[in-house]
Order: sequence, then structure tokens, then C-alpha cells
Amino acid sequence: MTGATAFLAGPAGDKLRRWHRFTLAERIGRSGFYLLALMALVWSLQTIEIIPEFLYDAPKQTADLFVRMWPIDWPWYPKVVHEALIETLHTATLGTIVAVLLASLTALLAARNITHSVTLNLIGRFILVATRSVHAMVWALFFVAVFGPGALAGTLAIAVHSIGFTGKLLSEAIEEARPGPIEALTAAGASPLAILLKGYWPQVKPAFLGIAVFRWDINVRESAVLGLVGGGGLGMALDTALSNLYWDQVGLVLCVIFAVVIVTEIAVTWARGKII
Amino acid sequence: MDAKASFKPVAADGIDRSLVIRHLRKEYRSGLAVLKDVSLTIEGRGMTAIIGPSGTGKSTLVRCINRLVDPTAGEMLFMGQDLAKLRGRALRTARRRIGMVFQEYNLVERLSVIENVLCGRLGYLPVWRAWLRKFPPADIDRAFRLLDAVGLGEFANIRADQLSGGQRQRVGIARALMQDPDLVLADEPTSSLDPKTSVEIMELIARRAGERDIPVIVNIHNVDLARRFADRIVGMSKGEVVFDGPPRALEDSHLMAIYGGEGWLE
Repeated sequence: MTGATAFLAGPAGDKLRRWHRFTLAERIGRSGFYLLALMALVWSLQTIEIIPEFLYDAPKQTADLFVRMWPIDWPWYPKVVHEALIETLHTATLGTIVAVLLASLTALLAARNITHSVTLNLIGRFILVATRSVHAMVWALFFVAVFGPGALAGTLAIAVHSIGFTGKLLSEAIEEARPGPIEALTAAGASPLAILLKGYWPQVKPAFLGIAVFRWDINVRESAVLGLVGGGGLGMALDTALSNLYWDQVGLVLCVIFAVVIVTEIAVTWARGKII
Repeated sequence: MDAKASFKPVAADGIDRSLVIRHLRKEYRSGLAVLKDVSLTIEGRGMTAIIGPSGTGKSTLVRCINRLVDPTAGEMLFMGQDLAKLRGRALRTARRRIGMVFQEYNLVERLSVIENVLCGRLGYLPVWRAWLRKFPPADIDRAFRLLDAVGLGEFANIRADQLSGGQRQRVGIARALMQDPDLVLADEPTSSLDPKTSVEIMELIARRAGERDIPVIVNIHNVDLARRFADRIVGMSKGEVVFDGPPRALEDSHLMAIYGGEGWLE
């Protein structure tokens, strides 16, 4: 027997050492989790009450919808849809600008390295969670009730709903700023505002622009359907077409929404590439 | 050197830039003192090197002086006021006359080199000027001349994150001098640099501060560099000053007292 194998074999009578990725308790816990997930799936399937007849019928119904949409009513575009499209883009853009302004202030309040008060941090984070957790559609319903239907309600819905998303990502970007340069500017006697401007802003700027452009992309898609509840734009045209059962017009609006989403996607990808 | 033989504690312009530290104490956690009752008088010119092992309070001491760290007790008398008592605007006014050089350079990486140097003026300028980049022409001219002086005249419009470590530290020095300081603090300015660059950086700090005849406090763990450039060495151990004297008085027995052990000295 060579020395190496003798070493590997170890002293005679030694017990084999064992190794498991998880302890026994962890393994029981993991099995239990899988079991719970399976139970949740079965439970939820029972709740949604699938009616088999409708399920068998679905392919036929879908095909029927497409047949009724064809041919698409292109002449309706210059009459109604073009204006609605422009309104949607304006709603998304203006809503994003207002959101970014409000979110910046809230993010400063929520960022622990800027605002050294736990109470104010909590207030900031509450605003971020509260605005985000209510869907844009629900905000639109609220603002339609206050200001009446139209683009103003849609814009405010977009703006308020976007504060949470934009502000949360912004406050995280601010908190991730390297403390070294901040320390250096503090040591040079810079005022808090000057530190914000020359210490934090250059570090946060790429994230800021990226987040704003990304949110604009989301908002174009959201504002396209806000009209369903009275928020103006393409959704309003879609609502009209749907309630008149003019499926060729519905097809037109869906095509336009699809085209807009693709174009904004391309624009945003290009812009983000430029920023980063 | 002749200057050392006739060493006077006051600079040639007659301004007394000495720093008197009395009974300075710092506890980050109550009861655990990192600095225990440090008293030092730093004369108004020349370079003082603080040496000692990691975690001994060197960095805390230097950061107490410009109040990046708030001392728990004690006073620091400089240019007629107690730095330990200053708050708000008065603190910022005092800070703008104290330049600081950092181990990790601490440049604003996405700004250009020249703008990083101009950041040294932030304590003097109204915010709108910094925001619109409307720096006074005299400041811009001085920033360029400082960049020339640290050997980076060609790099003014390069972004700071494109520079090497040694170049970044040169920008850091230019930024500190841009403050027109009465005192320069350097916190481990060479610890992230290679040996050759370390010597160049220490030379640069010593020369540029020497020209202006302002005192420098440098906290450094390289004993050879301290010996070579400092006029005075302060050795610290466990939050206390255990050696204070000229480099030639620093002997192995002192180093053993400062760092402990002796095997490393051979």
C-alpha cells in the first residue's frame, strides 16, 4: 500500500465522516413546504371554478373573435384613434415627469443616508408603499370621480401610482452611493445642498435617468388602458368600440397599442444604452 | 537641512497655525474608548506623522480634527477657536480651511478631474454657482495651476474614474490644496498605492505643503515613509500616545512599544 492511499484510508477503525447539504429538520421543513405549495395549487383550482364547456369552447370563440376583427377598420385611425394615441403618449409623459419630481422628494425623505430621522424615513417609505400598492386603474377611478373623465384624471393616476416604484428605486440608488466622496466634500466644508448636488447627484444620475425612462415605458402601456375607466386616451377609444361591438375597430386599437409598445420598447432600450 | 536646524513653530507669514489637542477622548460605543485622553501640540508648520498598528485610533484622531468624527470629550484649539465645539455654518467655515487627503482618494468618480479639484471650493461658493458650474475665473485658473503642480495638467477634462490610483491621489491632493488650507490632514494617503508611487505621493504632499508653509498631519503605517518625510513622529498604541519625538529619536525599542512583538523588526 502506498503512502497516499494509506492517508486517504485514514487510521483503521475510524468512523466514516458524513456530510449532508441540509440537516434533518431542514429536510422535513422543505418537504412540508412543497406539500403546502401543492395544496395551495389544488385549493386555488377549486376556487376559480372552471366550467368545462367554456374551456372546450375557448379555441372556437378565440378564432371567432379574430374573424370578426378582420378586416381591421383602418379608416377609423385618422378620425378618432390618432388623437387618442397622442393623448395616451401625453398622459404617460406628463404623468412620468410629475411622478419623477414627487418621487425625488420622497426618495430623499426615505433614504437613510440623507434624512437622519427614523420617523421621516418611515413617512417617506409609507408614501412609497401606499402609492404603489393602489393600482393605476384604481387611482384613475378616484381621479375621474374628483375631476371628471379625461386626460387630467389619467395623468394624475399615472403620476401618483408611479411615485412608489420610481421613489423606491431612487431611494435605493441614493443609499447605495459611495460614502467616500460625500465624506470628502463634507471635509471641504460643503453645505448639505452642495453635497447633494456634487456628491450624490453625479453618483445617482445614471440610475435616475434609467429609472425615469423605464417608468415612462411602463406608463405608456398603463395609460393605453386607463381610458377603460375614463382616464382618456386609447382606452377610451377601445371602450367605445367594445361597447358598440365594432370588433374591426377593437382590432385597430389593439394593433395601435401593440405598435406603440414595440416602438417605446425600442426607444427605451436605445436610451438606456446611451445612459449606461 | 538648514530649515530644520532653525525650526520655528510659526510660519514665515507670521500666522500661528498650531493645533493644540487637550484630553481628547472618543468612544464609538459607550465605555469603549478608541482614543483615551490624547493631548498633543502640533506646531504650525512641518509634517507630523502618526504611526501605530491598525485599530489604534490614528484615523479616529485625524477625523476628530475636522469633525468627520465627533469627539466624546476634549478640546482642539486651532486658529483661535475650539474645533470640538463648532456646529453648523461655523463648523463648515472651519472645515474649508482644513484640507484632507484620503486613503481611497474619495473623488467623485463621474465628474471630470478639474471639477473634482474645484470641489475644494464648495465651502466658499454659493450653491447656485456650483450647480451651474459658474466657478469664479480665479478659482478655475488656480485649479489648472494646481493640476500642473501635481503633474496632471493634461488630464483636466478626463473623468476621474479613468485615472490610476496614483493619479487619483494627486487629484485628491490638488483638491485639498484648492481649499487654500491652513492645515492638511492625510489619512493613510499611501496605503492603497505601490511603494514607488507612495514615495512620490509623500514627496508631493511634503513639497506642496512646504511651499505654503502649512502644517501637515499624516497618519501612516509605513514607518520608513514616516521617518523619511516627517519632522516629527507620534507613535500610538491602544488609543494612547506612546512615542513623540523627531524621526532620529525613534528606535526599535519604541517600535516594539508601539506595535508589540519584535520578530517583524528583523
